[in-house]
Amino acid sequence: MPSELINNYFRTETLPHIWCPGCGNGIVTRAIVKAIDNLNIPKDDVCIVSGIGCSSRAAGYLDFNTLHTTHGRALAFATGVKLANPKLHVIVITGDGDASAIGGNHLIHSARRNIDITTVVFNNSIYGMTGGQYSPTTPMGDKATTAPYGSIDPNFDLCELANAAGATYVARGTVYAVNILEKVIQEGISNKGFSFIEAIATCPTYYGRKNKKGSAVDMIKFLKEHGVMYTAWQKMSEDEKIGKFPIGKLYTKERKEYTEQYQMLIDSLGKESNQ
Amino acid sequence: MPAKDKVSLKINTLWCKGCGICVFICPKEVLEIENEKVYIKDLDNCIKCGQCEYHCPDYAIYLEEEK
Ligand SMILES: Cc1ncc(C[n+]2csc(CCOP(=O)(O)OP(=O)(O)O)c2C)c(N)n1
Ligand code: SF4
Ligand code: SF4
Ligand code: SF4
Ligand SMILES: [Mg+2]
Repeated sequence: MPSELINNYFRTETLPHIWCPGCGNGIVTRAIVKAIDNLNIPKDDVCIVSGIGCSSRAAGYLDFNTLHTTHGRALAFATGVKLANPKLHVIVITGDGDASAIGGNHLIHSARRNIDITTVVFNNSIYGMTGGQYSPTTPMGDKATTAPYGSIDPNFDLCELANAAGATYVARGTVYAVNILEKVIQEGISNKGFSFIEAIATCPTYYGRKNKKGSAVDMIKFLKEHGVMYTAWQKMSEDEKIGKFPIGKLYTKERKEYTEQYQMLIDSLGKESNQ
Repeated sequence: MPAKDKVSLKINTLWCKGCGICVFICPKEVLEIENEKVYIKDLDNCIKCGQCEYHCPDYAIYLEEEK
């Protein structure tokens, strides 16, 4: 028998899931479900939309309205769902490749529109599903199937990207700091606008093996030692920051939300035609 | 959250993939891996903090309210 939380929110007949031993995806997926549970949102009021990748398979395991779409296009489908039914809490589950390589365009424009969607990127710094090709978040110098001598591509900081593009809630968590991950997902869902959560996940099978990062436990230990709460981060010197990264709530801002703007436009046109 | 004396530690061996994350996360050295599966070595030490449950990628270990 699984726990009550898993029983309530997962399609338990599909478990155990297909992810490798020690893969971080299961940890992030549970944190999303826990955040929804904390907010007491009825299951039918949630729609989970995912793209393609190991991470995107999460949608299939979850017992909400779910949409497992095509590679890179989760946000495009999610935009359609949200405009058709603005009352839904639309949550996008996507990988680093899905969100920032093939789907990078949808990401920046969803943030620019500030549409009320919460996007959780499972960032494992690699294309897991297809065998370990480098992604836009693979750290420069790290190895991948397609970068056997180390990648020469500078990597994206996805939180900076989302913030610059206009997201109104931006945060980062890790599969070590699960309590923080859960909290920022919860805040992201509550934010009326585009919320971007980077969940640093672990792929021991490809990213880990290619880069000699050790076991799943070693990779979690790394996240424990290198993720710093944003409040502490702001007090650190540039030297102290080298090799580390901030976690927790990073940016918030006030901007008009897209579906509300759209409704106002419809209402104003309705008034005109009634005259 | 129910009171700590009302919850017990459960393991679903069928779902456990033996990754060892719970063993690392547990602050009280309650858990161990044996034959590629988690096993409770020292239940008396368990403080029912739930950290193993939050970090298990396979939902194979958790605290359950006693009925
Ligand atoms: C249009 C299209 N191009 C390429 C692919 C092959 N493909 C499947 S998943 C994937 C990358 C997945 O990487 P990521 O989004 O980081 O997810 P992960 O598997 O790491 O969780 C690619 C390139 C595809 N399915 N569809
Ligand atoms: S390949 Fe990597 S991301 Fe995919 S299931 Fe295995 S560990 Fe997880
Ligand atoms: S974390 Fe879960 S899957 Fe991994 S060893 Fe512990 S119980 Fe098993
Ligand atoms: S509940 Fe806490 S103390 Fe008990 S086994 Fe799990 S992690 Fe260890
Ligand atoms: Mg990936």
